[in-house]
Amino acid sequence: MDIGQSRAAPRPRRSLLALLVGAQSPYEARKAVWGYFFLAPWLLGLLVFVGGPIVASFILGFTEYDVLSPARWVGLKNYTQALTGDRLFWPALGKTFYYAVVVVPVGLAGSLLLAILLNQKLKVTNLFRTMFYLPHLTPAVTLSILWLWLMNPEIGPLNYVLRSLGFGKFPWLTDKNTVIPSLIVINLWAGMGGNNMLIFLAGLQGVPVEFFEAADLDGASSWQKFVHVTLPMISPSILFNLTLGIIGALQVFTTAFITTKGGPSYGSWFLALHIYQQAFAYFRMGYASALSWIFVAIVMVLTVLNVRLSDRWVFYGGSV
Amino acid sequence: MTTTTRAAPRATLTQRTSSRKIIRTVIVYTLLILLSTLFIFPFFYTVMSSLKAPWEVYTYPPTIVPSRLLWGNYPKAMSMAPFGTWFVNTLIIVVLATAGTVLSASFAAFGFARFKFRFRDALFIFTLSTMMLPAQVTLIPRYILFYQLGQKSGVPFLNTLMPLWLPAWFGGGAFAIFLVRQFIQTIPLEMDEAAVIDGASWLRIYSQIIMPLCKPAVATLAIISVVGQWSSFIEPLIYINDPAKFPISVGLQYFQNVFEGMELGEPKLQYLMAASVVSGAVPIAVFFAFQRYFVQGVVMSGIKG
Repeated sequence: MDIGQSRAAPRPRRSLLALLVGAQSPYEARKAVWGYFFLAPWLLGLLVFVGGPIVASFILGFTEYDVLSPARWVGLKNYTQALTGDRLFWPALGKTFYYAVVVVPVGLAGSLLLAILLNQKLKVTNLFRTMFYLPHLTPAVTLSILWLWLMNPEIGPLNYVLRSLGFGKFPWLTDKNTVIPSLIVINLWAGMGGNNMLIFLAGLQGVPVEFFEAADLDGASSWQKFVHVTLPMISPSILFNLTLGIIGALQVFTTAFITTKGGPSYGSWFLALHIYQQAFAYFRMGYASALSWIFVAIVMVLTVLNVRLSDRWVFYGGSV
Repeated sequence: MTTTTRAAPRATLTQRTSSRKIIRTVIVYTLLILLSTLFIFPFFYTVMSSLKAPWEVYTYPPTIVPSRLLWGNYPKAMSMAPFGTWFVNTLIIVVLATAGTVLSASFAAFGFARFKFRFRDALFIFTLSTMMLPAQVTLIPRYILFYQLGQKSGVPFLNTLMPLWLPAWFGGGAFAIFLVRQFIQTIPLEMDEAAVIDGASWLRIYSQIIMPLCKPAVATLAIISVVGQWSSFIEPLIYINDPAKFPISVGLQYFQNVFEGMELGEPKLQYLMAASVVSGAVPIAVFFAFQRYFVQGVVMSGIKG
């Protein structure tokens, strides 16, 4: 490490190495090489486990490939098949959207409500926070098995409560019309008090007290303060949770896989289950890859739309 | 807050709102208690079901607290399936994947936080954007990759635990790098510079200066990784067919399927519940032990994201 030398000498002509790594001096160039050294394992992983697979998956989408025999180029056939010839594709997409359209906004509102309740500066808040967070820590397989039992139409406690209140037998996961609402209930329970809630809570705690005091002076009601102070101030957290929430909801898999296997009569056959089935039950890797890319396109369009529209309602600035 | 003009109207406001404040506190507590009951009841009911006698599991109306607590259901459930093996498998995956994540993510994070080089920011943004990608896109080619690697090398990768922890040793994922990088950036640069002048190598600066100072971030990351790996389901589901190699998540699903196939025999639901309780207890226990770090980490990712 001869920094003294490089500092004393007049700035030398930039070496090839320095040009390559974008450095101004030999010392900086050497340091930049160290930077690449620290990134090397990760870069290798990025290439092998992320970048490579992304490219491979895109190419596979244009082939027929069952892993055992060599892949066969079929052009756009997989895509036309999915969009026009697969009688499960559009229903699966529709069901996935139905699920996401309910679970995302209701989940966000629920998380925000929980965070607001926890932010009232009351005693034992930490205890409540922990209780809300527990479902999020429970493995998806475990909580699915647990709810399968709670929602048992014959002897489950949920229907027992409903019957005691004078309602009839609710079929929950056993009917194709009620299975998605049931899965929504399960996933709301599992996710509402999770990371979204913690992120909202941190956002709420970052709103300066002075803003509320100023609103009080102006005679604002609690609701006005919520709409005109709290919501704008935590809008970056809302955008963050909304973006990841949409991506997560569209990928709904485990709860449906464990509780219903996509049934009854394909009632909860979500897109992720369809892809899984094609890839790992039928070994139609090419077709499944094409399906995943349709999925990526949908997620990308929604994410870009979401971020674009966010200019209109997300407020950056202040001290958050 | 010290000016008198502001203090005066606040005092009258306080008087006006004092009774409303009590009402509000009551409402908030009521809601908190109601909601936490909703969140806790399924756990309570499951634990109670796991302790029921066979005849009591299927009685209607359902009893909440069983007439006798049969703790023997637990050892019996554990003996009905190779839960011991499944726990060991899970432990191997969790430990190796977490160690890999912590070491390799902090390594890369150090590179991102402390060095300037061409493409650094572009690479970092690309990594963050991969977080938005649905898992299905990489899942299928990764499966093929491990299958082909096994075919070419003669050493099987499928049906081993390797695909579940090996990728963690190459960067540990975008979120992990992001978390540690944010933390390293709060450590003053003078720490490195002093060490450079003393002639320390960058490897030594990483291992003996930065890493020890990163303990909070590393602890957060480790806990998030342990809980996540423990619950991971879809990856072991596709890579492993051999029940002897299952982690607990897939094992539990297997146990559930076997159990559904045996409906004619003696009721076994209480054993499924006991197994579920055990599988869920571990991440919850880890959370309780390290709660402080956990919440910190999640919040860090949220605000700065």
